Amino acid sequence: MVADAIPVRRPVARRVLSLRARRGLVAWGFALPFVALFAAFMAGPVVASLAMSFTDLRGTDLRNPLGVNFVGLDNYVRLFGDEVFVQSLMNTAVFVLGSVPLTIVSALAVALALNRGITRLRTFFRVGYYLPVVTSIVAVAVVWRFLLQPDTGVVNSLLRTVGIAGPHWLDDPLFAMPSIIIMTAWRGMGFMMVVFLAGLQAIPRDVYEAAEIDGASRWAQFRFVTLPMLRPTMLFAVVITSIGQLQFIEEPFVMTRGGPLNKTLSVSMDVYSQFGFGNYGYASAMSYVLFVVIVALTVVWFRLLRPR
Amino acid sequence: MTVTPRPAPTARGLLYVVLSIGLVGFAGPFVWMVLSAFKPEGELRRVPTTWLPENVTLDNFRTIFTGLDFPTYFTNSVIVAAAVTLGNLALCSMLGYALAKIEFPGRRVLFLLVIGTLMIPSMVTFVPQFVLVAQFGLVNTYPGLVLPILALAGPLGVFLMRQYISELPDELIDSARIDGAGELQIFLRIIVPLAKPALATLTIVTFLGAWNNFLIPLVMAQTEDKYTLPVALALYSVGQNSTKFGLLMAGAVVVVLPVLLIFVVLQRYFVQGIAMTGFK
Repeated sequence: MVADAIPVRRPVARRVLSLRARRGLVAWGFALPFVALFAAFMAGPVVASLAMSFTDLRGTDLRNPLGVNFVGLDNYVRLFGDEVFVQSLMNTAVFVLGSVPLTIVSALAVALALNRGITRLRTFFRVGYYLPVVTSIVAVAVVWRFLLQPDTGVVNSLLRTVGIAGPHWLDDPLFAMPSIIIMTAWRGMGFMMVVFLAGLQAIPRDVYEAAEIDGASRWAQFRFVTLPMLRPTMLFAVVITSIGQLQFIEEPFVMTRGGPLNKTLSVSMDVYSQFGFGNYGYASAMSYVLFVVIVALTVVWFRLLRPR
Repeated sequence: MTVTPRPAPTARGLLYVVLSIGLVGFAGPFVWMVLSAFKPEGELRRVPTTWLPENVTLDNFRTIFTGLDFPTYFTNSVIVAAAVTLGNLALCSMLGYALAKIEFPGRRVLFLLVIGTLMIPSMVTFVPQFVLVAQFGLVNTYPGLVLPILALAGPLGVFLMRQYISELPDELIDSARIDGAGELQIFLRIIVPLAKPALATLTIVTFLGAWNNFLIPLVMAQTEDKYTLPVALALYSVGQNSTKFGLLMAGAVVVVLPVLLIFVVLQRYFVQGIAMTGFK
């Protein structure tokens, strides 16, 4: 028995070592299919796009890679003299300044109402308000373009019955962007409502009970209990909403084609049209400007809303 | 007995009224879309607007299914969404398991790298993706449509699966390892069955995301026989049919209605999915 134990121990010790190595190999085996796809179609393109933004790569160069020149920061310099691009940046800023607060505030209001305001039909309302979230933006944009038709649209028909002559929503430089903002908030509200509901339900009830005993009004409870405790949820909600809405493209693509007078042209739409013209290097530079804006805004939100 | 304050009955009644009016604003456009799809074009142009269709007609659907090629677009959408979903389930559950339950070098970096891409706009990646797909000669093929959408859907799926599998008890896995089960066996026999709720959520979320994706099929599909529904609908709505709202509403019904039905039946999985990503 004892004599047997000695030769057995050494292989065991060796096997423990190799077990860890083998486990590492197995783990990378599990990871490999995703990692290969991710490297080719995500990580690779992120790097390639940055590299392309420093070149004059055009669609016609794909068959002739030697025709591509390194142009340094030329694309970026050109961008800020490009009136259409500057306009699209301004439009995107206006859009996000309108749509993000509208989405967040309405989502929080509905979540509060569903969480503590009412007792019945909660699921019914939650499902109803969530409907636009699951639908294709293209399809809802087509439907909204129909709703907003100047003469035959249902919105102006309703306004007419109360004696208001509705504007030519999407053809009017003044009303086109607000129309798109409202539609975007309409589509995005439901998701954030569910996010806020999850956040609200995680706030312990006894905090409210304590506030109640101290005589805090409902407003004071909201201001000094709900909002502070919702901070992490709020951070998540504004970051996700901002990242998504800064990239808007389907809404103007279908509803306005970027018009009237380029008033609804978004950065993403401009990238897409430059890609269509075959200006791959220039389009990549544009997309990186958008990326930087997204990162910058995310950092700002983290600074403002970071849990204390 | 809780002392949790509830609004007074009249205030609560008012809240029901406000929420109901809001609901009309949220569900109303879909009702209007369906009603309009059954109206003849002439009725859609009439002022004042008719509410219910006066002459119910299937002409709009007949036109998009026979005159236009909606059966092809529908089939393409189903193929692409199904392929992306199956791929995502396999890839994300495998990597999710490795990240959650196996110690290996590079684990943290890999996770951060994957999650980090959630912040990257799809505009940044789509030009090189197109170049890559073109180099492989896959433009205007199903793989050319599927692979970029799969890469886009992946990071959120990995996050979801990793979070869910992390919560499963280690003892189950350890005892299986002691019994001599290989990692692949553990994955297939223990992890996959236990992760069914997460897989169900991932299925629905991925399918809908792929079904609704617009940009990638817009770029990768170059001829009509590879268009998916959103691409076809968008191009029709800005092309020569841009004011044929009867046709456009019928098209929108075909894009939206299957999704709405899936959602209403399976809505609890959506809420679960949001809870599963672990933030509160």
